[in-house]
Amino acid sequence: MSNSAMLLAQAGAEVAKVSTGEAISFWILAPLALGGALGMIFARNAVHSAMFLVLTMLSLGVMYMVQQAPFLGFVQIIVYTGAIMMLFLFVLMLVGRDSSDSVVEVLRGQRVWAAILGIGLAGLLVTGVAEALTSVRPVGLAEQNAGGANVANIGRSVFTDYLFPFELTSALLITAALGAMVLGYTDKSKRRTQRETADARFRGEHDRPSPLPGPGVYATANSVAVPALLPDGSIAPESVSAIIEATASRELATDIETVAGAIPGPDAHALKPAAAKEGDK
Amino acid sequence: MSRAELLADDPIWLILLKVLCIFLFALLTAMITVWAERRLIGRMQNRPGPNRVGPFGLLQPIADAIKMPFKEEIVPRTADKVTYRLAPVLALSPTMIGLAVMPFGPEVSIFGERTVLQLVDLPVGVLVVLAAASIGVYGVVLAGWSSGTPYPLLGGLRSAAQVISYEIAMGLAIVAVILQTHSLSLGDIVDSQQGLWFGIALFPAFFIYLVAMVGETNRAPFDLPEAESELVAGFHTEYSSMKFVIFYIAEYINMIVVSAMGTTLFLGGYMAPWPISLIGDNYFNSGWWPMLWFIGKIGLALFFFIWLRGTLPRYRYDQFMKLGWKFLVPISLVFIVALTVINVFDQLSTTGILISAGFFILLLIALVMMIPDRREPRAGRVPLSGGGYPVPPIDLQIPSKPRRTKQARSRAGRRQTVAAGAKEGDDGVS
Repeated sequence: MSNSAMLLAQAGAEVAKVSTGEAISFWILAPLALGGALGMIFARNAVHSAMFLVLTMLSLGVMYMVQQAPFLGFVQIIVYTGAIMMLFLFVLMLVGRDSSDSVVEVLRGQRVWAAILGIGLAGLLVTGVAEALTSVRPVGLAEQNAGGANVANIGRSVFTDYLFPFELTSALLITAALGAMVLGYTDKSKRRTQRETADARFRGEHDRPSPLPGPGVYATANSVAVPALLPDGSIAPESVSAIIEATASRELATDIETVAGAIPGPDAHALKPAAAKEGDK
Repeated sequence: MSRAELLADDPIWLILLKVLCIFLFALLTAMITVWAERRLIGRMQNRPGPNRVGPFGLLQPIADAIKMPFKEEIVPRTADKVTYRLAPVLALSPTMIGLAVMPFGPEVSIFGERTVLQLVDLPVGVLVVLAAASIGVYGVVLAGWSSGTPYPLLGGLRSAAQVISYEIAMGLAIVAVILQTHSLSLGDIVDSQQGLWFGIALFPAFFIYLVAMVGETNRAPFDLPEAESELVAGFHTEYSSMKFVIFYIAEYINMIVVSAMGTTLFLGGYMAPWPISLIGDNYFNSGWWPMLWFIGKIGLALFFFIWLRGTLPRYRYDQFMKLGWKFLVPISLVFIVALTVINVFDQLSTTGILISAGFFILLLIALVMMIPDRREPRAGRVPLSGGGYPVPPIDLQIPSKPRRTKQARSRAGRRQTVAAGAKEGDDGVS
């Protein structure tokens, strides 16, 4: 994308003069956009990937503004970076920061097909750009933008010449939204009551009849990450929320062991005086 | 010369001067707002508020500004370091962009140079503010994610959902204004409010904007991303020292931007308010005076923010989302349609009016049909007494005594024997 833009800009320099400001902004934005695109592919973390894509989209948006299309540029920023990428990020954050893609091929021959189709797409793009460089003469949007009529002219073309594709796109989007709602909808009127749930618990339809034990907050520490202690002094693993456990379990393993008493140290849970405890052992 | 031509003529020193002034305006107003908020909230809660540093505690923000950078900076071990450092920058920098397109005043002369009190008047000025707001969310969301702990993550998620939802309502409220002005440039929008302010002419849109602007800035009663009773401090729980200050300032500058935007769109921008505009052939609407009105109106909007915070309790999250999607968005959509009809009413023929009226009535009938029947709250439940429990029945009919069965009688007998002290409690499991 950026490569093609670079070529276009060079070709534009031959056909019509590129202003200094435009050239400067291009040489700032193009490396940023390209770096973002490469970063998106090579970043290990899914959220970092998404952030690199945001960088590319922002650079493209600013490029549109420089190329006399301010409305398109700002819509690019509002819709793509503001809404779509934000939803992406939302999902990524919900899925969890530690999840990463597996490198195992799920479909057979996936890589071969990906390579073939990728080369095909690259070929199409190169042909298209080459065609644009040789036989298309850039006109510029000065005439369309005269008197600040950029937005009005876009509106006119969308609702006259391109009405059908526009309506088609909106129909597609509405279908997608309705589909998502149908798939995600659960009938709340059939939800079980508290009584029925309690009966089901005792019938053995759940993992355990009682609710999960509360954490050991305030018993010996004031953190929700402290597990509760069972009557025999061992820890109750279910007492710490799965989210807290998953977030920091690896990094904080030592801390958890210390709290659980696996590492010898002064026993905060001991109720008897120290001398009596020595005698027990 | 038109506004855009005047601005295009600006020499580079004037542009830099304007940038500096806008920057200082944002920071100073944010500081004053912090002080005013603490004083006003204090007054609303019958306590003095900050009153130790300077007269009326006026120097409190400066004392805080000195204190904060010297506090210890704690980075959680689980944090994603680069993103953690990037997030405050992403939160603060876009907020300033919004102020760049705000028209602070009409044509004036600065050191002999004719210009407009505005940095740049883009033909798509309204979109600039929306775009800046949508970039600003990244700061909050990434702060929540990169901290690596659950509470900030939940705060970040809430904030993302909240800002996206309320930006839709806000955008639709703005569409109503754009329909009237036929322009997205903020300068043109102010100019077209010479007569009636849009806040009065388009009151429903103004109301929706007011609600959406509070939701958009994560302020009370919609401060769910940082609800202290639920999420400690939300997305900035793990931030301390200067990074926390940046989030703090960003929130206040964001408030200033949405207030300035609301002023420009609905409160006549820099125009003098009605009785003053009559004095001396609109003298107070020329030169540097309008800047005073503009800043005054921003101050009013900021007071509104503070007043809301002092008055209303926090919403529950699902109620808040319901308000946005099921109330504000439909109302603004209906309002936009109604506004369009009013605008083209003169051009319609009688047949056209009749057809649209018929269509409207059909729509109304369909809507009425869609209202669900009220479900009987106590369907299928046997009444305990004549009236509703625990209110005694109106006719004061005493419920009949249940007949004592053999089983009940034996249980009662056993209870008496237990009370007498006999040892037969072992088989008492019934």
